[in-house]
Amino acid sequence: MKKLLLIVSVVLLSATLTACGQTDDTVRLGVIGPLTGQYSMYGLAVENGAKLAAKEINAAGGVLDKDIDIIAYDSKGDSTEGVNAYNRLRDQDEIHALIGGTFSSVTLAIKGLAVQDNIPILTPTATNDTVTLDAPNVFRACYSDSYQGSTAAIFANTELNVTNAAVMYNRDDAYSQGLAQAFMDEFDARGLSYDRFEFGAQDDDYSALLTNIKDGSYDAVFLPAYVAEVGAILTQADTLGLDLPFIGGDGWDGIEADYADVANGFYFANHYSKTDEASNVQDFVVNYTAEYGEAPNALAALAYDAVYAMVEAIENADSLEADDLVTALSNLNFLDGVTGPITFDENGDPIKSITIIQVVDGVHEVFAKVEAGDE
Amino acid sequence: MELFISQLINGLNTGSIYALVAIGYTMVYGIIKLINFAHGEIMMFGAYFAYLFAFSLSFQLPFLVVIVLSMFFAAILGILIERVAYKKLRKAPRISALITAIGMSLFLQHLAQLIFGATPYVMKPLVDTTPITILNFDISRLTLLTIGLSILFMILLTLFVYKTKPGKAMRAVSQDKEAAILMGINVDNIISLTFAIGSALGALGGIFYAMTYSQIYPTMGVLPGLKAFIAAVFGGIGSIGGAMIGGYLIGIIETMTKAYISSKWVDVIVFGLLIVILLFKPSGILGKNRKEKV
Repeated sequence: MKKLLLIVSVVLLSATLTACGQTDDTVRLGVIGPLTGQYSMYGLAVENGAKLAAKEINAAGGVLDKDIDIIAYDSKGDSTEGVNAYNRLRDQDEIHALIGGTFSSVTLAIKGLAVQDNIPILTPTATNDTVTLDAPNVFRACYSDSYQGSTAAIFANTELNVTNAAVMYNRDDAYSQGLAQAFMDEFDARGLSYDRFEFGAQDDDYSALLTNIKDGSYDAVFLPAYVAEVGAILTQADTLGLDLPFIGGDGWDGIEADYADVANGFYFANHYSKTDEASNVQDFVVNYTAEYGEAPNALAALAYDAVYAMVEAIENADSLEADDLVTALSNLNFLDGVTGPITFDENGDPIKSITIIQVVDGVHEVFAKVEAGDE
Repeated sequence: MELFISQLINGLNTGSIYALVAIGYTMVYGIIKLINFAHGEIMMFGAYFAYLFAFSLSFQLPFLVVIVLSMFFAAILGILIERVAYKKLRKAPRISALITAIGMSLFLQHLAQLIFGATPYVMKPLVDTTPITILNFDISRLTLLTIGLSILFMILLTLFVYKTKPGKAMRAVSQDKEAAILMGINVDNIISLTFAIGSALGALGGIFYAMTYSQIYPTMGVLPGLKAFIAAVFGGIGSIGGAMIGGYLIGIIETMTKAYISSKWVDVIVFGLLIVILLFKPSGILGKNRKEKV
């Protein structure tokens, strides 16, 4: 009897396993991002942006006569979880290309595997400089940390006349550190002065650092970090009576949702602005809002662009083979992106413009637009 | 000098919170010789309660009512935890109770994640936070309130323990449980009362923590809980006065480290201090070296 049960269960199990095998009537794009947890706002934005693009493309007839299928898995923002998700996408879902990972750390953890497996990656949001290095099949839709950090420094100096900055960053986070480093390098190059103020990922209390900053004679604070930290820091700066302009990076996107009052008047570099009047931007904002009931943030816009760019590459390649796709991506000239046109340099980094946004009464206002190559 | 005093005020602010939480550790230890590692989670739940009372009702409750209600529910949670998880283990080896406490801590963290989700709630400070200037120093009203209310509650607690009958019973139970039973003290009730008071003060600490640092999330109790535990050991575990002193000292040491050395060193110094204390004066600053009677 036991043997019979065993045989039956083996048969059943193998039946379910074969059911997982994929047929090739869809184009499968994987998405990896933090869909739950403290950083879920970023992962969900990427998933939503990618799914909206896929929906529109499918409605218009798909690509190579196939529908696009977005398969999104949760990384919780954790590298190990991200690798698990990647393995599942490769083995079980047999994806053709990957849109992601959302975080630089997760993308870096996946990168080595993806180079071995030769799976084309177009990450919408991983900004760390090393993501695209030594990886011919890895591309990104966003600009890199160093480009963003140095642009922020140029902006601070030329537009706000900052000559002495407090650079406050999270030493446990590669993104935060990367931007801060690029900012300080640019300040060094310009012969300007700055002091660094490090905090850790576990910290909740920033009052000691902020009190030191208040005591110094700084013109502005450069704070490249994510919304959860930025919100807490700005709130404490406000209660301590610290009265300096803060400048941030794209990790600030969405700050107005919970912290509009403490972030009022501050600046950050971003990939696009919801209030940009270009028609493709406004169409995207309207469609996204209709679909999900909230305005898209920059990550959603980047994921949306990444899927469209990937589809254009598939069309140009007229194939789903990895090698053809990688060649098509490196020759891509994708023009109508919501976040600007995307062409890749020899590393796989996009050549595109940076928008500096000022938060005014809870609304993003375009303060300046720094075009690619303006240094 | 001015900077030093500003930093000292920051340290007092964090210290008040640690002191409030440390009292819970020390009281429970004093009475049933258990280190209640779930105490940081009570602090976290206290913060969630305050959020719910402050923002989910259709009308605005006054700040003090929010605090008292949250403290009340945290007290009930504390009693519940003791009844469910610790009561049966009172006669069991200490290690069993300790393991249960760690299990309880993880259980509560994940329960909070199930109920409230992992995304942090943003806690708007329930009071006016514009700084006021006292003698050239800009001090946040929230800081003043944190320090003031903490000290007030600690004075109330001291009065309660030394001037009232239940307080006397509490001290009796902590000294000798068996003798207290012989004297007609209902030990179960006294233990519940201890958990209730400790939890209520822990919740108050949690509310101030959430208001000062603007966020509430399921794991927010872990690190301050550990720091408060160190504060309790530092001051002499079992001693209420010791927990207060320990709390303020840890808060000030932490802030000064951040201000003058680097935030990198905070945990090294604070946890190093725990080891040093345990090596050289395990009874803590105010603890007595009790000899076992034969």
